[in-house]
Amino acid sequence: MEIADKKRLLQEMLFARRYEERCYEAYVERKIGGFLHLYPGQEACAHGVLEAARPGFDYVITGYRDHIHAIKCGASVKSVMAELFAKETGCSKGRGGSMHIFDVAKRFMGGYALVGGPFPLAAGIAKGVKMQGGQEICICFLGDAANNQGTFHESLNMAKVWGLPVLYVCENNLYGIGTRIDRSTAVVEQHKRVSGYNIPSNMVDGQDIEVVYEAAQTAVEHVRAGKGPYFLELMTYRYRGHSMSDSNAYREKEEEKKWSERDPIIILRDRLLASGDLTMDAYKAMDDEIIEQIEVDIIQYAEESPEPSVDELEHYVLADNDPYVWPKKKMARVKGREYGNG
Amino acid sequence: MAELMYWEAIQRAHDEEMARDPMVICMGEDIGVAGGTYKATSGLYKKYGAERVIDTPISEGGYTGLGIGASYVGVRPIIEIMSVNFAWLATDQIVNTAAKVRYMSGGQLTAPVVFRSPGGTAHQLGAQHSARMEKVFMGIAGLRVVTPSNPLQAYGLLKSAVRCNDPVFINEHELMYNMKGDVPDDECFFPLEGSEVTRSGNDVSIFAYNISVHWALAAAKILSEKYDIEVEVIDLYSLSPLDREGIKQSVSKTHRALIVEEAEPAVGVGAEVMAILNEECFYELDAPPVRVSAVNVPIPFNHQLEKASIPSAKDVVDAVLSMLNK
Repeated sequence: MEIADKKRLLQEMLFARRYEERCYEAYVERKIGGFLHLYPGQEACAHGVLEAARPGFDYVITGYRDHIHAIKCGASVKSVMAELFAKETGCSKGRGGSMHIFDVAKRFMGGYALVGGPFPLAAGIAKGVKMQGGQEICICFLGDAANNQGTFHESLNMAKVWGLPVLYVCENNLYGIGTRIDRSTAVVEQHKRVSGYNIPSNMVDGQDIEVVYEAAQTAVEHVRAGKGPYFLELMTYRYRGHSMSDSNAYREKEEEKKWSERDPIIILRDRLLASGDLTMDAYKAMDDEIIEQIEVDIIQYAEESPEPSVDELEHYVLADNDPYVWPKKKMARVKGREYGNG
Repeated sequence: MAELMYWEAIQRAHDEEMARDPMVICMGEDIGVAGGTYKATSGLYKKYGAERVIDTPISEGGYTGLGIGASYVGVRPIIEIMSVNFAWLATDQIVNTAAKVRYMSGGQLTAPVVFRSPGGTAHQLGAQHSARMEKVFMGIAGLRVVTPSNPLQAYGLLKSAVRCNDPVFINEHELMYNMKGDVPDDECFFPLEGSEVTRSGNDVSIFAYNISVHWALAAAKILSEKYDIEVEVIDLYSLSPLDREGIKQSVSKTHRALIVEEAEPAVGVGAEVMAILNEECFYELDAPPVRVSAVNVPIPFNHQLEKASIPSAKDVVDAVLSMLNK
């Protein structure tokens, strides 16, 4: 990886960290309602994997911890924040919220709030790509706990049987909501579980973005070459609770401390400092600039944006004036009715 | 005009749509090489191949979600769920994804998928193969529910559903696949909304759908011949949305309403039609509306018990006579 790329990734991950921390504050200030699942600690996963793929071209789908994946795909940082603030300018027009960030133009196919729900959707997107002979792949990011849903097994099975171009990325942060993985899961090493489907897999350190990037390159190449699905497990840790309503009382302080010493941003920063490619002053300046940008550009935009109008409450439920609801041409005779025949 | 069986009409709609648009696919258990449990996809595997006529594993939640995902990127999947009882396993994807994705993405994504599935009580299939689910799906915003009662509707509703940009659930019936009816030789489309006045009459409006239309028509014949009572039979082929205007028009003429449904009464089609009658034409009614529904039991295996658990034409006749104090 080039030095310039490393510096850019450091900036992107730091931005992601500050962005999510600011979401936390906005939630406490009651500017953001509902559920809020934050990403600090796991930044190297989304950034490392998508750096090896083609964000904006490849399809990406994930669960409800979705802000940063969307942004890395190219979603506007303002429209994602406006969505969290439930505004009409939000990427999902204030109808989705934190758990349902969508930017289809950037091929970010959504955040979904049923654990394990995106597994088959990702396989389906891959099926559609394959049918059309596209070069895209579909990347599905989910947590370790999603692998205890039936959809995990059903989807891996179908993806393998039909040779679909889908990369499943498991961000193993060791907890399913508040239950530690070894208390809920018979086989703790998630990559081992996919061997039952003859799907190639790998497990790497999810805190070191260079390691993630390298492993993701192999994974992406495999899938893009038409060799079928791949499963990549990234060992990571979330610093905050599962969501804002989580007291985070189920984890040992010792464990939290251990992982905080393996912070993905610090690891990359210190590497760049050690090699002389970055100074502490430059890093601090970068940080200040990010904090300022978030406050001035992003938060202000979200705050000042209008809310959706109640007059438009029923928009987006069904297609508007779909021609096959009342076919204008070739409509069958409907007895007792004198509907127009175009 | 050709006389087709219900399954043949469905097969023809598949064939025409697949020939027209290479993005139309069908998927489900045993639909390809085996030709489909009810033959509704017979011959398609040979014609269109395994990439478009997909034999799925027995993973209802999985392949339903897969079809929805494919629909995000231009594919038009027709998903056959072999029995509606198995659709319970797919409800998460149908309800939480297909029905909601347009709304929660602010209109960016749609899931134009057709779900086809037979429900209903056939011949001693037991509690887990005899249920109906239309009442579950018709209450879900963002999902259309239609239910053909004859081959023309089966053909034309599927044609329209494939092309519609909304997800559509088509509720078929295990006992109707061999039923015959006329279907025009030329391509045509049945509207996804509205209702059909299958028999005109002035004395009582009978609202029915799917197989219960046939019970209503059999009852209408008896009532006319034996009792000189002329009922109107309204076929509610669209269950979501229900045709409020059609319901209102008929009852404004007859001033009496009866609903016949194969499902248990609670929270069902009958309950919903009654609510519409209350809201739309309460003062038009000369008598309280009546429901003829299934008994509130899991469908029994024993044939006699099974028969007693669902309505019949005789139950409809009795209810109409009672309503008219005859």
